[in-house]
Amino acid sequence: MTTGRKARFPEIVKANETEILTDWMGRQLESTATRRDLIGEGALRQQSRDFLGAFVETALRGGLDQMHGPHWSGVRDQLSQLSRSRAEQGFSPIETATFVLSLKQPLFDRLRKSISDPVELAEEMWSASVALDALGLYTTEAHQKSREQIINRQQQEMLELSTPVVTLWQGILALPLIGTLDSARTQVVMESLLQRIVETGSLIAILDITGVPTVDTLVAQHLLKTVAAARLMGADCIISGIRPQIAQTIVHLGVDLNSVTTKATLADAFAIALKRSGLAVTRLAGYPGSGQAPTTLKRTED
Amino acid sequence: MERIPILKMGGFLLVSIQVDMHDRLALQLQDDLTTRIAETSARGVLIDISALEMVDSFIGRMLGNIAAMARVLDAQTVVVGMRPAVAITLVELGMSLAGVRTALNIERGMELLSGSLEEAGRENDIAPR
Repeated sequence: MTTGRKARFPEIVKANETEILTDWMGRQLESTATRRDLIGEGALRQQSRDFLGAFVETALRGGLDQMHGPHWSGVRDQLSQLSRSRAEQGFSPIETATFVLSLKQPLFDRLRKSISDPVELAEEMWSASVALDALGLYTTEAHQKSREQIINRQQQEMLELSTPVVTLWQGILALPLIGTLDSARTQVVMESLLQRIVETGSLIAILDITGVPTVDTLVAQHLLKTVAAARLMGADCIISGIRPQIAQTIVHLGVDLNSVTTKATLADAFAIALKRSGLAVTRLAGYPGSGQAPTTLKRTED
Repeated sequence: MERIPILKMGGFLLVSIQVDMHDRLALQLQDDLTTRIAETSARGVLIDISALEMVDSFIGRMLGNIAAMARVLDAQTVVVGMRPAVAITLVELGMSLAGVRTALNIERGMELLSGSLEEAGRENDIAPR
């Protein structure tokens, strides 16, 4: 855009707003990128009218050379809201940007009819094009941002879902770890475990790593940190669910787990925990598989 | 000058840290506690840090030192009532207080001390025979 000269296209658009909107709507309804399966005609018309109105009003007040300035913040806010709702509805970034860019064709048509001088026409088309391109790119960015927000929120939810602390018995806690342990998760795991130790007054905590796909030095270090923190609170830790491959990896990596009791399965760890608490599990006589013959059979033997 | 009180309970000494620990106070506590252990020939020391909200590496090292000093004077030390946030901080600082015994609360600490003293007592009884 040339400096010192005010663009004429906003005035032309303003004068022909209704025709351009009708033309634009018609084209949008024909195009496949509009995704009529995701958005109704009424909502689309509303969005188109709002955007065109805001675009023209802002362009009339100038500022076409600073599309990222505060002058355009109203239009940008409107577009980011639109992008967010479209991201949630399942539109692709291209389809979202096309909404803005598709305005070019009806707009240029109108300019061609209103301006006869080819130099001026090219000039006006260029400045309109630059403005719409900037806004189109902005929708892509906003679309991306809202997708990232969704991902972040899901990550947070997964973090909370994947760290339950369960009470196996009075004084015995279990922490079934699922997924890779990174620093952020270790922090959450540690905090929730220590909190539960205080609440329940537990003496033994079992860290079950059956659901941890790989154990490298970092994961082992995080595990040992958790064990050390629990010990500072006066609780003993048992690590269970160590698969044969993981046992091999641990030794190959030279990780020292000597200070912690380790068991292959959660059941073994639970048995140890019961023993340390002075408890025992006994099978009641007379049940199938109890090792004793049912009472009726016994009698016949007598 | 402020001081951390050291209470005698039977054969044990009870230290309850209720104020913010600063370095001079910590050194004073080391002095006082070793003196009291020697005076009373106590067999166990309970350090209650349930009111301690902030720790640094100095406090961590001090706890370890007190335990080591008490051991030299033949008394066992149990640190009780550590808060989760404090435990996490100490671990992140790389101080797992390897030589110190820990318990969740003062009651558990007492049980731990009397349990291990009984065991030690039995061993001592056997030795002279």
